[in-house]
Amino acid sequence: MSTSDSSPPDGAAADGPVPDRRPLIVFAWVWVGAPLAYGLYELVQKATQLFTG
Amino acid sequence: MSPPVAPPGWSRWLVPPAALSVHLSIGQAYAWSVFKPSLESALDLSGTQSALPFQLGIVMLGLSAAFGGTLVERNGPRWAMTVALICFSSGFLLSALGAATEQYWLIVFGYGFVGGIGLGIGYISPVSTLIKWFPDRPGMATGIAIMGFGGGALIASPWSAQMLESFGSDSSGIALAFLVHGLTYAVFMSLGVLLVRVPRPAKTAADGTPAPLEGVQVSANSAVRTPQFWLLWIVLCMNVTAGIGILEKAAPMITDFFADTSTPVSVSAAAGFVALLSAANMAGRIGWSSTSDLIGRKNIYRVYLGVGALMYALIAWVGDSSKPVFIIAALVILSFYGGGFATVPAYLKDLFGTYQVGAIHGRLLTAWSTAGVLGPLIVNWIADRQEEAGKSGASLYGLSLVIMIGLLVVGFVANELVRPVDARHHVPAQNQKEAADVHE
Repeated sequence: MSTSDSSPPDGAAADGPVPDRRPLIVFAWVWVGAPLAYGLYELVQKATQLFTG
Repeated sequence: MSPPVAPPGWSRWLVPPAALSVHLSIGQAYAWSVFKPSLESALDLSGTQSALPFQLGIVMLGLSAAFGGTLVERNGPRWAMTVALICFSSGFLLSALGAATEQYWLIVFGYGFVGGIGLGIGYISPVSTLIKWFPDRPGMATGIAIMGFGGGALIASPWSAQMLESFGSDSSGIALAFLVHGLTYAVFMSLGVLLVRVPRPAKTAADGTPAPLEGVQVSANSAVRTPQFWLLWIVLCMNVTAGIGILEKAAPMITDFFADTSTPVSVSAAAGFVALLSAANMAGRIGWSSTSDLIGRKNIYRVYLGVGALMYALIAWVGDSSKPVFIIAALVILSFYGGGFATVPAYLKDLFGTYQVGAIHGRLLTAWSTAGVLGPLIVNWIADRQEEAGKSGASLYGLSLVIMIGLLVVGFVANELVRPVDARHHVPAQNQKEAADVHE
């Protein structure tokens, strides 16, 4: 997620200073990552039953 | 509604979470079964009746993706995500009203019909946008989003179960659970609506007008007239049929398979097997579709269909003599099942370009609806007939396995026949400029 990755495919450049989007990127990934982590945790709990159940 | 064009410096890494917020939500559909026992006891329904909202939802997913794809392309991803948010959340709110008033038809209409439109429009909403943002890694980009559809059930399944436990399994408890689902998913999906952007179109140096799209471009209406579309339809249908046959019957299948051995599988172990299959399905969506960016779409489908057939042959050959072989082969097959779903948008992009790839993808998803009926039908029907014939254990599934191998071979041959699209189907450069104008 480096700055070089943040340019649109056409390589459009900003005329003025470009706002720092990194906090927004982190927020967005945590927003979707946290529930997914919960789902994966529950999945691991259930999957262990295959070997212990 | 005009598609939201990214401002200068907008990060393309904001688009995958926007897509994921939608796919993780609509993926709840695969967790519908959590509500079935409570609905059956609270509203005095049969198992067939309680399955209706889910079945109608999947039918509406296929229909709305097929018929709404062109609208999604025309109006852009924000419009599509807004429609998905409104329909999916409204479906839950209508269902809450239906449960509270004990009007089951309202749950069927709300979750199945209204919510199902949200499923279809939401499923295809980010595809073409992601491909445009990640022309260098389209398989990875669509894999991330479509992985979310698998992840959605992993989240919803324990979450919904805990809610029913807290609120109670009577009609008012179910109504409250539906209400919370509707409101929570509305908030969660709003991130996608707010963040999604389409990339700024490239300009020609001379006059600043939008440049034609690069490479071969085919419209959705022309695409469905090409053999490539229908070959890919067969490829997807065969791949999904082979995977969904195991997925739908996973728990009873592993229990039956080893019932006559010295190491039978318990109910809780079978639940663990189902969970592992879900993980393989999800991992395949991101893993294999990313791999397709490196080795090519045709080659990865050779793996899905060819190695998939070998895995089925391995299960048939080893039978009930090795549980690890059965589990590993099933996991590989399910990873190919997920991979097939996630790679197909990039395959479409390679063949038909980015011009209307979302609409073409929507039409191709009718293969999923067909496979969703075919796969379970084959496995269940054959298992029932074998049981009636007095068979038990692994022999209940022997014929199903052979049929699955045959279907995968048909898919393999169809994939081998895929060639570049004939030039007469290509969109003229002038029309491409008009298409680029839409994104201004």
